[in-house]
Amino acid sequence: MQPTNIKDPDYFHKVVDCQWACPSHTPVPEYIRLIAAGRYADAFMINWKSNVFPGILGRTCDRPCEPACRRGRVEEEPVAICRLKRVAADYKGDISDRLPPRPTSKNGKKIALVGAGPASLTVARDLAPLGYHCVIFDGDSRAGGMIRSQIPKFRLPEEIIDEEVGYITDLGPEMRMSQQVNSLKALLAEDYDAIFVGSGAPRGRDLDIPGRQEASENIHIGIDWLSSVSFGHINKIGRRVIVLGGGNTAMDCCRSSRRLGGDDVKVIVRSGFEEMKASPWEKQDAIHEDIPILNFLVPKEFRHQDGRLFGMTFEKVVAEYDARGRRRLVPAGEPDQFFECDDVLVAIGQENAFPWIERDIGLQFNEWGMPVVDETTFQSTNPRVFFGGDSAFGPKNIIWAVAHGHQAAISIHKMCMGDDIRDRPPPGVNITSTKMGIHEWSYDNDISLDLRFKVPHRDKVIALKDIKAEVELGFDDKMAFAEAQRCLNCDVQTVFTDKLCIECDACVDICPVDCISFVPNGDEADLRTRLNAPATDLAQALYVSGELKTGRIMAKDEDVCLHCGLCAERCPTGAWDMERFLIDVAQAENACCSK
Amino acid sequence: MTYLAKPKLHHPDLQKNALGFTRRDYEGPVSTLCAGCGHDSISAAIVRACFELDLPPHRIAKLSGIGCSSKTPTYFLGASHGFNSVHGRMPSVLTGANLANRELIYLGVSGDGDSASIGIGQFAHAMRRGVNMVYIVENNGVYGLTKGQFSATSDKGAKSKRGVVNSDEAIDLVGMALQLGATFVARSFSGDKAQLVPLIEAALKHEGAAFIDCISPCVAFNNHEGSTKSFDFVREHNEAVNALDLMIPRGEITADYAPGTVEMVTQHDGSVLRLRKLHPEYDVHDRIGALTYMQERHAAGEMVTGLLYVDPNPRDMHAHLKTVETPLNALDDAALVPGAKALEAINASLR
Repeated sequence: MQPTNIKDPDYFHKVVDCQWACPSHTPVPEYIRLIAAGRYADAFMINWKSNVFPGILGRTCDRPCEPACRRGRVEEEPVAICRLKRVAADYKGDISDRLPPRPTSKNGKKIALVGAGPASLTVARDLAPLGYHCVIFDGDSRAGGMIRSQIPKFRLPEEIIDEEVGYITDLGPEMRMSQQVNSLKALLAEDYDAIFVGSGAPRGRDLDIPGRQEASENIHIGIDWLSSVSFGHINKIGRRVIVLGGGNTAMDCCRSSRRLGGDDVKVIVRSGFEEMKASPWEKQDAIHEDIPILNFLVPKEFRHQDGRLFGMTFEKVVAEYDARGRRRLVPAGEPDQFFECDDVLVAIGQENAFPWIERDIGLQFNEWGMPVVDETTFQSTNPRVFFGGDSAFGPKNIIWAVAHGHQAAISIHKMCMGDDIRDRPPPGVNITSTKMGIHEWSYDNDISLDLRFKVPHRDKVIALKDIKAEVELGFDDKMAFAEAQRCLNCDVQTVFTDKLCIECDACVDICPVDCISFVPNGDEADLRTRLNAPATDLAQALYVSGELKTGRIMAKDEDVCLHCGLCAERCPTGAWDMERFLIDVAQAENACCSK
Repeated sequence: MTYLAKPKLHHPDLQKNALGFTRRDYEGPVSTLCAGCGHDSISAAIVRACFELDLPPHRIAKLSGIGCSSKTPTYFLGASHGFNSVHGRMPSVLTGANLANRELIYLGVSGDGDSASIGIGQFAHAMRRGVNMVYIVENNGVYGLTKGQFSATSDKGAKSKRGVVNSDEAIDLVGMALQLGATFVARSFSGDKAQLVPLIEAALKHEGAAFIDCISPCVAFNNHEGSTKSFDFVREHNEAVNALDLMIPRGEITADYAPGTVEMVTQHDGSVLRLRKLHPEYDVHDRIGALTYMQERHAAGEMVTGLLYVDPNPRDMHAHLKTVETPLNALDDAALVPGAKALEAINASLR
């Protein structure tokens, strides 16, 4: 193998698995260290810069970082990254003086943002400080989009939304609430320099089976129902409720039902329990609230009498896998199952809907009715129109919408400045030694052996009585510190200088996870078999040095490195160093936080 | 030197041996020696050898004297018996322990100061008595704990870190061990675990006095230009006579090798050593030949390493003394105090 090019920003970025997995590439270990140091406001600002909604995401994020967390590969569970984010938001105090000021002069550019959800708000946050005149449209009366309308208040209290949406509206965008955009053509005819569409995936999928029309009084589309609950239009439901679907919306529906009078609530899914789309912790929370999840049942019929729903029948299926591993649900041959119910919530998916976009304005749609959008620039085939969030590539999560928003903001800014939008700004990279003494580093390299701490929950009896009572209470400062100490500091990189190495083996001997080897060179597949411990995870890089005095090379498997720095502590020549690697993914002019 | 304990977390695929232990179970507390010390590599080699041989940690006794080398038993085999003796007196303490309980596996760890200076007499007598032990000298050629003076194994002409040239002749512990009747003699290098680990394993399986002289560079005081015990010097002048590839159970079929290039040595306990010959004429069973060869190569400026001599059927101290099979510490009162009648019989037999 050729020596690893550690100058490539992606190399060490990939080693920080959590940050690499995060769509917004939040510098996770950096903010976790700040939490451990009690610097909550600093930790919050790192988050705010990167993911815009720390308090919201700290409660609701889908957490792509956690399955990626290295801790999960050397121990039972990853660091509770998401809930530590909430800690930063909970204890930050007043950060108003750290936010960018409302610009005193405008740059003369005007952009329209369709939808006041996380994608549009991110674009507005990135561009408003640069002097853009942002105009945000939304059919709802208050900003937040699905964050406000679909996430139950017992998971995300209203004041958190108000606060974090407020940080953006305080930057001075023009808010045109309760004003739905009904024609993109008309909007294009106005004097906007660019239009950003962040209108989400607002249509809940329906279930067209016998009885749907007749019993429609008691059959509700999940996201619409959640929205009505959220805005106070609905405040009760029948005693027996069936929720159809296995995603997070279904979990929100069933748990909301439990709080609105449903005491016999069950979730029924087509797939197996394991394949459900809902996050494992959301399933656990539902089960904890006495909601059974029944699987491998395909809805067959809504049963009704005199226009009143009284139950549903399901066909029992089993999963079969073909030679290519594709799943097929086939009838199990058992008698159909019937469940009584008073109400049904259909949460079987969301769809995009663009009835308000005319098809003759130079904006192409693909065969699935989705706009054709560039995955890097988020520009549509109409150069003035950009998409982001669920409306760009279908339903995902808040953190994706934020990531899209940042990229679209860069594109819009470049276009308005007359630059080539395909020329993307590089990330800011900073790598500095953490060495402070012979065995003293500017990070805490002692590895905590604590197992993951559980976030305390409100007493179930009390929680189920009040739909606005937040269930998760968040870590207190002591638990937060202990959980933060579980972070392995993967951003403190093991940097090897081959010409200093005397091949004494000290690093090999001390490494607790056997990730360092000194071996004759070879191609990567061969090298991976000849290391001190097998390097079987091909997604994890091998860090390879140039040739050493004995003709061998140093090869380090990044996979399970604890970043404990013992290799560097044991190195007599300083060939190993622990260097803090900070990568800041570019935003439009980095206007929000200059530091 | 680090103050932190090595984290308990380990590689998810860390293997277990026949006893269900991982290699990590054979480790001890973290070393307080200088960063990069060769001795720590030897500790790691001992850990690996004991793990690979499936040795129960509680059946091993590790004994040492005084010095950097003699500190190391603290840093490996944390679950074994340990004894840190007076300077240079490890061999006699170990001999006594071995007499009292012949069933333990004895590992004596010493250094060039402990064995070639203050303890040279003790070293000599342990070898000539054939105490069943592994005697490892972690040989760095300097007194590290007192800031790097030449030791008795420093080569004549070697330069100290401050540029002083050593004018005294070096003591060759390997040559002495051969002369004094050690039945397993090897030399190795801390920077070459591929060679060192199998040698320690073979020595642990040897039922007699097994001596390993292990060159172990002192990174603080003896790893400079002009040193003859530095990483660079040893790597340049290392002349291995053979490579001990592996130890295999008796009777296992092995791969084909060109005639004369591989020698199988079956030790008394049934363990088989597969030696790959690097010098075809070198005979690992010829004590006198070994002495001669070593002196020739030494004169040519080379350092001979590998398994230098082995007697596959050694006699140890207990055989010389005709002690009973039962460890002396396990004999009961009836055996130890046979009574007046037995004494009468013994006296009668001597009349």
